[in-house]
Amino acid sequence: MQIFTYILLGFLVVCAISVSLSKNLLNSILIFMSYSLIVSIIWILLESPDLAITEAAVGAGITTVLFFITLKKIHAMVDSDQEKGDESDEQKNS
Amino acid sequence: MRAMSRKIPEEAYQKTLSYRLRQWLDGTRDPFLDTVEMKQQKAFREDQKTVRKRKEEKKKLFEKIYDVENNAELRVFRKLYQTFCVLFCIFLVIMLLIAVSYLPSFGNPQNPVNNEVAERYIEKGLQETGAVNIVTGMILDYRAFDTLGESHVLFIATCTVLILLRKDKKKGDKEEISDRVHEPKNDVILQTAARILVPPIIIFGIYVILGGHLGPGGGFSGGAIIGAGLILYLNAFGFKKTERFFTEKTYKRLSVCALGCYCLAKSYSFYTGANHIESVIPLGTPGAILSSGLILILNICVGVVVAGTMYTFYVMFRKGGY
Repeated sequence: MQIFTYILLGFLVVCAISVSLSKNLLNSILIFMSYSLIVSIIWILLESPDLAITEAAVGAGITTVLFFITLKKIHAMVDSDQEKGDESDEQKNS
Repeated sequence: MRAMSRKIPEEAYQKTLSYRLRQWLDGTRDPFLDTVEMKQQKAFREDQKTVRKRKEEKKKLFEKIYDVENNAELRVFRKLYQTFCVLFCIFLVIMLLIAVSYLPSFGNPQNPVNNEVAERYIEKGLQETGAVNIVTGMILDYRAFDTLGESHVLFIATCTVLILLRKDKKKGDKEEISDRVHEPKNDVILQTAARILVPPIIIFGIYVILGGHLGPGGGFSGGAIIGAGLILYLNAFGFKKTERFFTEKTYKRLSVCALGCYCLAKSYSFYTGANHIESVIPLGTPGAILSSGLILILNICVGVVVAGTMYTFYVMFRKGGY
């Protein structure tokens, strides 16, 4: 079990560094979400299931969703293939 | 609105301060409209000459200063900047690691954390609060005042989001129509998945809230789970379906009722506790669902506030209003 904890802690460090180094914002959010999931598993290993449930629901669930909407609102989540189609859509709306 | 104890004529009433204040509040009359001189702002136009000059200067500036290949000074500065960044980060990491090494080891019984407070919670928690889950007994009985503050923080956060992201309906923003343009309209996979998943998610959230004093869980986590279920439902079926049961009015009423209920319940227990009066609320048998005094009610209140807040956050971020 000790080794499992160390592996999880190693993943945590890797996730934390790769969030800041990733160029794609969408990838950053997904890595951030996996960071929350790992933290919630660590909470279970530390025998505090209350915090684990909250971390999984808030950190991995709702924060990620809010990040996604924000990225969509500022038009930062557009793929290079879809770029043209979306732009024409916006022009129609405006 | 004009029910007064002393009747005064209409003209005299119109001169009073309260009438003018009401007019200003309702927006029927602007007190500055005819009394203060207002000028229309002039549009700022730039001369062609100055534009050209400015662009040339900028170009020159870039060539002179930001030319990395020829400007040796800049190159040295960049190298220095990068090395100092890395050095500073390493310095910070080392400082923090040294500070951590002075902390007492994790789980040591001789730690200063393990004092008489924790002992009291563990030994007498079940007897005094009636909650099998000591954590819930702690946060909703011994330290319920902190939890009340947390619920208010959530409520204030929603108010701030409302102020910042709200769209004025009177001005007629047209963006609401394009609300679902970029969404997968009536996506079959999403709708089928939501139809299967949403009821268990919401029931699980309710279970987590209601079982907060018996096992892991509680108001905050259960509320967050219910909020996530509502968000999934909204994503699958759109705003028309959710607005049948959850609008801004519902949210306001629910959260005000829940916060008021929490305040009343806690005021009662603070009052009885401070005056050494026996509380009439029975603690019940530990382990039963209807036990542990006020904790179940407080859990439900927190859960309602959190679920509404999560859902409202999502709606506000997505379209700025219900």
